[in-house]
Amino acid sequence: MSEKPAEIMFAQACNMAMNKAMADDDKVILLGEDIADEQGGGVFKVTAGLSAQYGTDRVRSTPISEQAIVGAAVGSALVGYRPVAEIMLMNFITVAMDQIVNHAAKLRFMSGGQTSVPLTIRTTTGAGTGLGGQHSDMLEAWLAHVPGLKVVAASNPADAYGLLYSSIMDDNPVIFIENTPTYFTKGPAPAPDHVVPLGKASIPREGTDVSLITYGRGVGASHAVAEKLASEGISCEVVDLRTIAPFDEETVLKSVAKTKAAVVVHEAVKNFGTGAEISSRIHEELFSELKAPVGRVGSGYAPVPFSPAIEKAWMFSEDDIEREIRKILG
Amino acid sequence: MADKDVLIDIFTRADLIMQSDIKFRKMIGAGQLQIVYYPVRGQEVVSAAMMAAVNQEDYLVTIYRGLHDQLAKGIPSKDLWAEFAGKMAGTCKGKGGPMHITHPETGVMVTTGIVGSGIPIANGLGLASQLEKDGKVTVCCFGDGASNIGAFHEGLNMAQIWKLPVIFLCQNNHYGEHTHMRDTTGSETIKQRGDGLGLRSVRVNGNDASEMYAAAKEAVEYARAGNGPTLIEAMTFRFHGHLLGDTSHYIPEEEMEQALKDDPMPILRQQLLDMQISETDIAAIEAKNAATIEEAAQFALDAPYPPGDEYRIDVLDVEIAA
Repeated sequence: MSEKPAEIMFAQACNMAMNKAMADDDKVILLGEDIADEQGGGVFKVTAGLSAQYGTDRVRSTPISEQAIVGAAVGSALVGYRPVAEIMLMNFITVAMDQIVNHAAKLRFMSGGQTSVPLTIRTTTGAGTGLGGQHSDMLEAWLAHVPGLKVVAASNPADAYGLLYSSIMDDNPVIFIENTPTYFTKGPAPAPDHVVPLGKASIPREGTDVSLITYGRGVGASHAVAEKLASEGISCEVVDLRTIAPFDEETVLKSVAKTKAAVVVHEAVKNFGTGAEISSRIHEELFSELKAPVGRVGSGYAPVPFSPAIEKAWMFSEDDIEREIRKILG
Repeated sequence: MADKDVLIDIFTRADLIMQSDIKFRKMIGAGQLQIVYYPVRGQEVVSAAMMAAVNQEDYLVTIYRGLHDQLAKGIPSKDLWAEFAGKMAGTCKGKGGPMHITHPETGVMVTTGIVGSGIPIANGLGLASQLEKDGKVTVCCFGDGASNIGAFHEGLNMAQIWKLPVIFLCQNNHYGEHTHMRDTTGSETIKQRGDGLGLRSVRVNGNDASEMYAAAKEAVEYARAGNGPTLIEAMTFRFHGHLLGDTSHYIPEEEMEQALKDDPMPILRQQLLDMQISETDIAAIEAKNAATIEEAAQFALDAPYPPGDEYRIDVLDVEIAA
């Protein structure tokens, strides 16, 4: 065994979490396009080596059939398996929405609790790399709106490891969103037994003037802005939701009760995004204490553009976050 | 011809289905039940013969026109009736309703209200059985209309490449909602589609108990032996519209007359008499089924509704806060 590196990449962290889950529970199986080693271990190599270790009975490359992939995961989950289905890119989830929304999310309820669907759907996405309109959307708000689904997005490798393991072991269907542009970004390696519970936000940076409530890639951008504004004496607190649905209202409300100002930041299109729900909850609970209405930062009301010049203008940015903070702090 | 005991078993299940269907339509007509109901009269023998060929622990995935499949698989009438009535004592505590019946004790794992969607899920159950090596098969029921939706093609293809122990039972009643199959389906038969997807496919008269049972048994043995899935296209007919209240105005009179003339129930009953099973014995089966249904119907009417707060339970594994 080589010595464990002090830093690992996000993609590696996901691989390690699945490896640990498969070692811990032989009911964990993986399904997805090209995920076995013979087909390359996944288009981004996130599942590399797992079929060699656990066999192709448990790590199954599938046809390009998203409904069939999610359906097979739902069915096996009903009878005790913990399938992890990889839907290569988040936009492809659209062709499996019936299985996710009508079945994975509802079978526990509609059966009166006689069955459950402990499946995890891993999917990656993210704009900024010129993949255009059908390979980079952030669709978490659609899924967060469905009762019965949990939606998770990690912002760093250690959390990815701890959250993915928790997602696989959770008894509810979980959508685990990975971020393609940051797959190969490094961060501190987690301890092998590192687990991040679902439904618990973290506060990676404490502050007193404004709460930046965010997740996934928004966390890095919010940190950068917080760092910049610190030199001017503006103190930002960063709240990393980690689980988008159901989100950790307690931590969010506690942070905003302290700072009395908040900006919700996400990569997804701003209109009808998760920021609307989070902002609304803050207003409902803390309206009279706020210094200003809750601000929102998201990407523009358009499909993800191809040309880098347009994509950059469309996409949420550190400048947008900074502008929004200055606006609400007057 | 199937042997005597098998035919009696099939008749017993089919008669329970027929009498239940009649009773449901009567009670809905009288305003005693306010539910959307998808009648199954005419399709009794397909389900009864299929389920007679599997065990209680084998899995079933079916669709909203599923009463015949669910009863044939063995769900106790009381539990089923109470669920149809939305009562707490129902199979799903009244949270599923007629279109979403689940009863794992009898292997009924999913009833879906979405055409074709059960097919990919049946594969998952089959995959679990294949990995567990538990010898179970999964029966997945759907209609001819489902062969026009993507899930059918994705699902049958995956079942074939993985050799899953799943029996796809297409109950071809000629009509997808209000439209005849000839106006919606490019192939002449559903079997041809199974052939095209590479899996073992057969087409049988589903209304003939012996023929249907033989096809079912063969498919079950084929699956249990690890050979993979079978598509059975079982030809049948429905007598009472897509859903109750639909007058079947789109079905030509002569087609309906012929179908009623071919009603599988009197034919099966006559087959029993021809095998020297006495009228008294048959009448006893019918009377027992009638009593079961009367008791179940009364139970469903008398049982209490679930409390309103029940909606917060079973959404996730923990109760949702009020």
